[in-house]
Amino acid sequence: MLRYLGKRFLLILPTIFVPLILVFLLLRLSPGDPAGMMLGDQATAEQIAALRTQLGLDQPIFVQFLLWLKGIVTLDLGNSIFFREPVMQIIPRYAGVTILLTLVALTLAVLIGVSMGLISAMNRNKPIDRGVVTTAVLGISLPEFWFALLLIFLFAVTLRWFPVAGYNPPSAGIVAFAATIFMPAMALGVRQSALMTRMMRSSMLDVLNEPYITTARAQGLPESTVIGRYAMRTAAMPVITVAGLSAGYMLGGAVTIEIIFALPGLGRMLVEAVGRRDYPLVEGGVLTISLVLAVLNLAIDLIYAILDPRIRYQ
Amino acid sequence: MSTETVLSVAGLSKSFRAVKAVRDVSFSIPRGKTFGLVGESGSGKSTTARLVLRLVEPSAGSISFRGMDLAGLSSGDLRAERRHMQMIFQDPFGSLNPRMSVRDTLVEPQLVHGIGTPAEQLKTAERLLAEVSMPRAALDRYPHEFSGGQRQRIAIARALATNPEMIVADEPVSALDVSVQAQVLNLMRDLQDRHGTTMLFISHDLRVVQFMCDEIGVMYLGEIVEQGPRDRIYGAPAHPYTQALLVSAPGKAGGQRARLKGEIPSAHAVPSGCAFRTRCPQAFERCTVEKPVMRDLGGGQKAACHLLDGAVAA
Amino acid sequence: MTAHIAPLPADLVSPQTERPTVLAVEDLGLSLRNADGLLPIVTDVSFSIREGEAVALVGESGCGKSITASAIMGIAPDNAVITGTITLNGKVISGLSPRDRRRLCGRHMGFIFQEPMTALHPTLSIGRQMTDTLRHNLGLSHGAATDRAAELLGRVGIPRARDILKGYVHELSGGMRQRVMIALAISCGPSLIIADEPTTALDVTIQAQVLDLLDDMRRELNLAMLFITHDLEVVGDFCEKAVVMYAGDVVERGLSADVVRAPAHPYARGLIDAVPAHDDGRTRLTPILGTVPPVGQWPEGCRFAPRCSRADGQCGTRPSLERHGPTDARCWHPLETMP
Repeated sequence: MLRYLGKRFLLILPTIFVPLILVFLLLRLSPGDPAGMMLGDQATAEQIAALRTQLGLDQPIFVQFLLWLKGIVTLDLGNSIFFREPVMQIIPRYAGVTILLTLVALTLAVLIGVSMGLISAMNRNKPIDRGVVTTAVLGISLPEFWFALLLIFLFAVTLRWFPVAGYNPPSAGIVAFAATIFMPAMALGVRQSALMTRMMRSSMLDVLNEPYITTARAQGLPESTVIGRYAMRTAAMPVITVAGLSAGYMLGGAVTIEIIFALPGLGRMLVEAVGRRDYPLVEGGVLTISLVLAVLNLAIDLIYAILDPRIRYQ
Repeated sequence: MSTETVLSVAGLSKSFRAVKAVRDVSFSIPRGKTFGLVGESGSGKSTTARLVLRLVEPSAGSISFRGMDLAGLSSGDLRAERRHMQMIFQDPFGSLNPRMSVRDTLVEPQLVHGIGTPAEQLKTAERLLAEVSMPRAALDRYPHEFSGGQRQRIAIARALATNPEMIVADEPVSALDVSVQAQVLNLMRDLQDRHGTTMLFISHDLRVVQFMCDEIGVMYLGEIVEQGPRDRIYGAPAHPYTQALLVSAPGKAGGQRARLKGEIPSAHAVPSGCAFRTRCPQAFERCTVEKPVMRDLGGGQKAACHLLDGAVAA
Repeated sequence: MTAHIAPLPADLVSPQTERPTVLAVEDLGLSLRNADGLLPIVTDVSFSIREGEAVALVGESGCGKSITASAIMGIAPDNAVITGTITLNGKVISGLSPRDRRRLCGRHMGFIFQEPMTALHPTLSIGRQMTDTLRHNLGLSHGAATDRAAELLGRVGIPRARDILKGYVHELSGGMRQRVMIALAISCGPSLIIADEPTTALDVTIQAQVLDLLDDMRRELNLAMLFITHDLEVVGDFCEKAVVMYAGDVVERGLSADVVRAPAHPYARGLIDAVPAHDDGRTRLTPILGTVPPVGQWPEGCRFAPRCSRADGQCGTRPSLERHGPTDARCWHPLETMP
């Protein structure tokens, strides 16, 4: 078990570093001079050159890379060029919102996907099944931002249940938090929940044809046990895989959603930092997202190993 | 009848990392005869077939086909030599290309080996279909349109397309129903009589092997433990494993209880001394420490068992 | 064999007529409802099994033997329409609700499948699968169920039973898996075991071990056993009676010794002749010509007629299952019984 998790961990390292290296190169190789931007239009060439030296931007790119690598290993990501304070202090202020948003969206997506898929599979080819399948297709084809606007129109403008935008942290009370997180999480999760519905349905239908389900029935076990324990145990596996992938999509989708709902999250922070050529902050943001993704993936692997003994022994 | 040897295998061995799949297998097949390899799953009989076809590279040993050392051939020469050595597999569905019509299936091997003009190739295809008792109309149809028995007939026709000297048949009737099995077995014998084809026939079914083969090798855990003419093997089996196989066969025992205990050990951990000793009802001390050698029992029969000491050829 | 003077249906002739009947199947029919209407899969199947008796249901793939078994168990597909009567221990069960049928499973009927690797759950431990059944059917506590599971595994010849309970199906060898399957099937004390090709997937030496085990269990627990197989030779060794099916019909029925030695139906004869026999110098086998007609394309009248050398105009009407010599056969032109 430990060996398996260790192996999974090693496999995850590239997923952290490859995006980081890409970001490093993209920022350095794209046009635009951060020193110039920071100092404004009136700055003299001398002032800009001095700042460049201070930021290490005049060094050859591989030296910059080594310095950058050293920063990551020592957890010193430098100062934000714009905020002029350490990146390591800025990130936590934004990361919490994004992580919470993703987790809530993921939970909603799994709950909706699993229950809808199950209902659909248990009523195969009946009207309710057709309804669920059609809705799922619709959900997959909906663009997130459009669905977000639809939610705002329905729940905030027409029904006035939730505020149009803004964010209350959980510390402000669970109801206040839920009121601001529900719509963004739904918007972020709708497509994934539709994917999971379809995955759950087909996976459950496959599993119900397996001989071990017939065995469970032939042993006289009640249908609730047969479905809930014997079938779900194996049918859930592909859904868990999808959930892992979904988490990745959601972290990416959070950028749009945070902007639409004015959430102070990493996504919005990143977009702004990119606009300001704030290299250290962009790199810090990407590092955080990669780390969150890696942790999520490890968690999925752990769930897999718990559910399927065959994996543990590999 | 000519006694020319078509295939001769000596000291053939194959290891996949720590797994010794085939160990020191030797046999030869005279022209027009059928040699049967019989054994349980994990006995190495299918690996031996693949080694003979050089679909798998041997770890040691020599394979001499038509007087040529197959192991020493370059890949180009080997490809040319394949014309004379064709194969029939267990699953006629998996071994026929689903997107190829029967015509293409029968023409392709001739094309590959540059046999005849297109008109001649088509004529051969038509003749082959007739030989396996399939209607000419089948030429334009696809594998999925046929039953299992018919597909196996097509596979046999394809094997004959290059007019090979030898056919390797790996469990050719195991996937077929009893009544169809008989049709295919008859067909294979008729064709062999007509063309004088030499055959290596792999099967777990003792009844089928007895019907098809002139000479038989009984395999256990990667080795041939006994070999000899059919009537000797079935009439006077010398090795305890052969004896056990024969009493275990359905319809043979009649309530007899001379059963082997346990199951075939893993090829990862072959027992010391005689590989069969862990299941042998007659094993004694010597079997643990000393590996029995093949003893000639006369009449072409050979077996590797310490119990046969002193039973020297008359 | 003793000569039968009065032509009783062979089904009723049993060496132990005093033993009570456990399972009686009368005129069982099964059709699948699809878009085009009803598709018959099995018609007019009748046989019975007494306590301690093994009856073979023999036929090639597609003859309807497995779906007959699922109809008896009450686990036929949802779109199946079942007719006829199934009686278990004197009680008619064919009219019961699915829920009541399910209650009979495990407690009164046990099922053994062909492929234990897929018939046991891949990611639930052996122990969990056994105790789930024991706890549900017998109301045992977790501890008592675990003890009983270990005892059952020991009984079917599995060493280190406690360790095996913690293990999973992929960790076991083929023979051990089938032993676990047998332990599970007998765990709640059923009076009937249905075994669907229980040894087909196993190697010949293991096959013999598992057949011996099934035979022992049948004797020790006085089980009625329905043994589904395609191999008539296994039938002769293992079962007292045999029911031969072809294209959804029972074509021959009788004591298995009689069916194997002197069948009256040309199909049963053909099945025997098609197998290469031991100690047989034949240079050719006698195959049955053609192939089994697929479901939905059965000929009118006798379904075997198109493949039968004895068929004539009379075979255009459907024969009934009648006594011919020592066995019952569904045939207008049965083979003469050899003296």
